[in-house]
Amino acid sequence: MIQIEREYDMKRFLGFVKKEFLHIFRDFRTLIILFGIPVVQILLFGFVVSTEIKDAGIAFLDLSKDEISRKVIHKTVSSGFFSYSGELTSIGEADRIMKEGKAKAVVIFEPQFGEKLFREKSAAVSIIADGSEPNTATLITHYLTAIIQNYNQELTGSRVGEIVPVKAEVSMFYNPELKSHFMFVPGVITLILILICALMTSVTITREKEFGTMEVLLVSPLRPIQIILGKVTPYFLLSFINVILILLLSWLVFGLPVKGSVALLLAESMLYILMALSLGILISTVSKTMQQAIFISLVGLLLPTILLSGFIFPIENMHPAYHWVSSILPPRYFITIIKNIMIKGTGLGFVWKETLILAGMTLLFMLLSIRNFKTRLE
Amino acid sequence: MRTTLYLIRKEFLQIFRNKFISKAIFAVPIVQMLLLVPAVTFEIKNVDLCVVDMDLSTASRSLITRLEGSSFFRVNQQSFSLEEAQKLLHRDQCDMILHIPTGFGRDLVRDQGSSVMVSANAINASTAQLSWAYLNGVLRDYNMELIAEMTGNSGSVAGSGSITGAGSLAGAESAGLPGTTVISGKGTLPEALPRISITNRYWYNELLTYSWFMLPGILGILITAIGFVLAGLNLVREKEVGTIEQINVTPVKKVQFMASKMIPFLLIGLIDLALGLAIGRLVFHIPFEGSAGLLFLGSAIYLVAVLGLALLVSTFSSTQQQFMFVAFFIMILFILMSGVFTPVESMPLWAQKVNLANPLVYLMRINRMVMLKGSEFGDISGNIGALLIIAALFMGFAVRKYRKTA
Repeated sequence: MIQIEREYDMKRFLGFVKKEFLHIFRDFRTLIILFGIPVVQILLFGFVVSTEIKDAGIAFLDLSKDEISRKVIHKTVSSGFFSYSGELTSIGEADRIMKEGKAKAVVIFEPQFGEKLFREKSAAVSIIADGSEPNTATLITHYLTAIIQNYNQELTGSRVGEIVPVKAEVSMFYNPELKSHFMFVPGVITLILILICALMTSVTITREKEFGTMEVLLVSPLRPIQIILGKVTPYFLLSFINVILILLLSWLVFGLPVKGSVALLLAESMLYILMALSLGILISTVSKTMQQAIFISLVGLLLPTILLSGFIFPIENMHPAYHWVSSILPPRYFITIIKNIMIKGTGLGFVWKETLILAGMTLLFMLLSIRNFKTRLE
Repeated sequence: MRTTLYLIRKEFLQIFRNKFISKAIFAVPIVQMLLLVPAVTFEIKNVDLCVVDMDLSTASRSLITRLEGSSFFRVNQQSFSLEEAQKLLHRDQCDMILHIPTGFGRDLVRDQGSSVMVSANAINASTAQLSWAYLNGVLRDYNMELIAEMTGNSGSVAGSGSITGAGSLAGAESAGLPGTTVISGKGTLPEALPRISITNRYWYNELLTYSWFMLPGILGILITAIGFVLAGLNLVREKEVGTIEQINVTPVKKVQFMASKMIPFLLIGLIDLALGLAIGRLVFHIPFEGSAGLLFLGSAIYLVAVLGLALLVSTFSSTQQQFMFVAFFIMILFILMSGVFTPVESMPLWAQKVNLANPLVYLMRINRMVMLKGSEFGDISGNIGALLIIAALFMGFAVRKYRKTA
């Protein structure tokens, strides 16, 4: 008797899962977007977003207009980092051109630049950078300084011997070619998984609530846990396919293979997906409408995930208080895990702490959801 | 006109009836601004350095002391085996290893040349490069001192490499150019060489305060997210629930209906903007160089563009879920390509072309230019014009695409 009951139970559950799958596959557009988002984002990050300086506009105020200052200008413009945005005639124009946003920096040569350089052995260049973009401003200043110094050396180079008492050799570990992909691939996986999973689950459950179909499910012989599992299973599989897709892309397009164990990475991804799904369930138990669920997952999670997970901005550089804030955000741990397994090729021994924390968070979200899940309608 | 006003009133009632949304539209931006604006920085501090000093000589110790003295590095580990140190690097317990081999001090005296090895964790390529540049800067100063000792002349040599640089990064001018130190011939007093002295200044943000840079960006993203998500969902919801048919059978015109779906969120966005600017002024002390009116003008046109796009997307979507995914996609695209976090100029040309249609790019420029540089209407007129065109296009399409028939 009990045996038969169990069989029915399983059948019912599978039927429910099938229904959920049908719901998803019926909506072709969502499906396309679901797989389109990761692909486009990976490509976007690989080819578009970079913090390097390229073609930054530089204007020159050459009060000297001699051979040397011309040469410095030529060196700067031909370096590849900068583009020439014009010659100024007075310092007042510097403010103008930067206010219009046409130049990021202005280089000023003092009058009789070349003459002073050879007669008085010293001539002055002044760099004024647009500090409203601090990172760009510092990089531009560094590059300009380096270019001018190099030129300075070229001028003097023939006349001096070179002694460097302490030479340093550097080896860049894990990423010898200094590719930026090593930062963004883990970041994109983390960002996409948490947002898509949390969004999808929270929306599908609140949808049933909002439309009143939850009632139908609740009076069915399905138990609440089966309802939730049934809702989550399809998304679990879809997200998992997404992970594989992203890993394949990062390998084929950017040549970033998984150094460590692929099985371990996939297992960790499953854990992370599970965490994100339970977060989604939790969001759905506290939201009455889809609008609310979407608002929480999209507006509430998007920026903190981008900014505080160490995705673009390293956490180490933040104020110590933010180390605490970021430690309650799950993405941070997953980024560490992926970087370890994928790039460093380390095993579970290096990431067991992060794994445990993620597992703990998953458990916490699940318990909270079960407590909040109402089997009755108000 | 009266019809539109009634419809707008209805929308407001619906928004504020929902307890969560009515609070969240103001609370979320405030909390996120306070939390996120001061968090973000590209400035690198406290690079953990592991020193493997196999030499233990006066020379090696003086080099380590120099590194300890720099605010950039934190010598937090000492080890006597390179393998041990590499394990630490592997475990993320240090970011960089400085390996000073045996005989470092001896070679320095005997052969006047010696070497050290540096290993850096380069997963974050830009941090690794910058750390290496800093370390190189420290080494160069150390070299200068050594040379000065050797030649017995401290003044002119030490001076020849120093640069008057503002800001905290003045040790790393030769970023990525190791071994650029050129020092005059050994043993002889250096003859004065032509030297270009470089001074630099940062205008508009003298101390390079990051929060000044981030606030306009984060504020822009927040008003985008709130407006886009709420306005779009609102219209799709009417479709999904079926109430849109009730509107469709009334004599309400398409334009009136669209206006009533847009204006409430436009107002909410502008209120959020005002809140954000108040926070910027009171909490982060951002200097307001330009006129607030210009900021509001730019943001208002921007919001019309974004809301128009949201409505356009929602006329194509049949469920809130569909809309949400498209919204997610578009927002990520807008945000990452907009130059909020990374410079637009360093993107490839085709991306910059795509960016012509990205309204957030223009808003970012307007916000930063007006707030920090005090740009006037003439300076930003191009951006305003572009926003106007985008707004007209999105809005026009949205009204056209919306069908009153089901």
